[in-house]
Amino acid sequence: MTLQQPTSSQTASADLAFPPPLELEGVAHRFGRRWILRGLDLTVGRGEVVAIMGANGAGKTTLLRIAATLLRPLRGGGRVRGVNLVDQAGSVRELVGTLGHSPALYEDLTPAENLRFSLLMQGMEPEPDRITSILETVGLAAHAETRVRTFSAGMRRRVAVGRVLASLPHLLLMDEPYASLDPSGVALVNETIQKVLAGGGGVLLATHDLHSGAEVTTRVLTLAKGRLWEGGDPAQPAGPAPGSPAR
Amino acid sequence: MTDRPVTGGLRVEARRAMAVAWKDLLAEGRARSNVLAVILFAGTALLLFAFAFGPDAQDLRDAGAGVIWLTILLSGILVFNRSYQLELEGGGLEALLTYPGSRRAIFVGKLLANLVIVLLVEAVVLPLAAILFHVPLLGALPGLAVIVALGTFGFVTLGTFYAAMSSRSRASDVLLPLLLFPMLVPLLLAAVQGTTAFMEGDAMGDGGGWIRMLVAFNLIFFSAALWAFEYVIGE
Repeated sequence: MTLQQPTSSQTASADLAFPPPLELEGVAHRFGRRWILRGLDLTVGRGEVVAIMGANGAGKTTLLRIAATLLRPLRGGGRVRGVNLVDQAGSVRELVGTLGHSPALYEDLTPAENLRFSLLMQGMEPEPDRITSILETVGLAAHAETRVRTFSAGMRRRVAVGRVLASLPHLLLMDEPYASLDPSGVALVNETIQKVLAGGGGVLLATHDLHSGAEVTTRVLTLAKGRLWEGGDPAQPAGPAPGSPAR
Repeated sequence: MTDRPVTGGLRVEARRAMAVAWKDLLAEGRARSNVLAVILFAGTALLLFAFAFGPDAQDLRDAGAGVIWLTILLSGILVFNRSYQLELEGGGLEALLTYPGSRRAIFVGKLLANLVIVLLVEAVVLPLAAILFHVPLLGALPGLAVIVALGTFGFVTLGTFYAAMSSRSRASDVLLPLLLFPMLVPLLLAAVQGTTAFMEGDAMGDGGGWIRMLVAFNLIFFSAALWAFEYVIGE
């Protein structure tokens, strides 16, 4: 794959009154001596779904962890809706939702209890009607009182999607969101993304499965050599074609 | 977008702390085997100590306070390690860290849950120790209750804090006691001496001094742990 040198060319839907869901500037990070990210710029605008592709170990998860305030970049920084990622991490987390590799559920709790805990931690009222409604949406109403320990991987991921639905964040960060999901589960993830977009939010997703996300993805970038490169067509799952530099 | 309350606010943080405590206790309550294993371990340790000190009633009574606190310390290590293991299973810790607001709420919530479990262990250890070591528990009240409450709070505060520090290490089971035990020396000293003083009727009136020392210890270490937790649990 031929790659072009990145420059900052592409404009984002920056609006001073309503800043974009995510702006990253010059983000660099390394583990040991190896630089994973090398001065990366990225803007996710309102209503935009940016899919990041890249080989294993390219730094996709590191990028998502930085945007989620789980990792402080060694250089550079960014903002979520204008709120500084590094200095105001606690406030940024009010605006961000995540759907990670693993569903991150408590095995001995039921899905209803997992959702109740999530709502409480987000400072929201854990109203039973609301929890029931979310479980109906993700297709787990019949299993509301069953412990998660007995669930399949796909069912667990549905509970995790329910957690996102409970908060509908301004910025949704997703790491391989389609893993372990059947076609109806894939549709559920895409509906969740649409709901976030309908509220003026944006989505950054790391995936190897462009096909499943083709109907919602608006831009595809490739992370390689620590930088983002324009390329890939969401309608063509065969792989990204290198294009113009990314921002 | 869903409207959420602002990050700050003591009430919101208190609700988050209670949510963490509720979740931990519910999970531990469902997987009863963990708490039962700790209680069984504590009982076995007490029994072994009793055999080690021999049949002399006076020897056993003299060793009673120290044995009680050592048993609580050793059992507590298992409780603290388990507390974060629960989060690490299935990537729960990262999810916990992405929730809004201060991470101090996580510390306070875990501290509360650990406190309940350690008090539960003590509810078994103390009567058993009274029988095995001829310790006059009822006669030492209420001073003994104050010493136990303060000693337990300090121990659980430091244990919850250092368990967070060691939780992501591959050798967390070994690392936690290595980090924790040296820091516990002043608390252990005050708790054992205070317990002994009240068991002997506090004739010299030095029980109050040990209580004041435990209060000072708790204030210093709770404040320090609360402040430093954000740095310890991150990255």
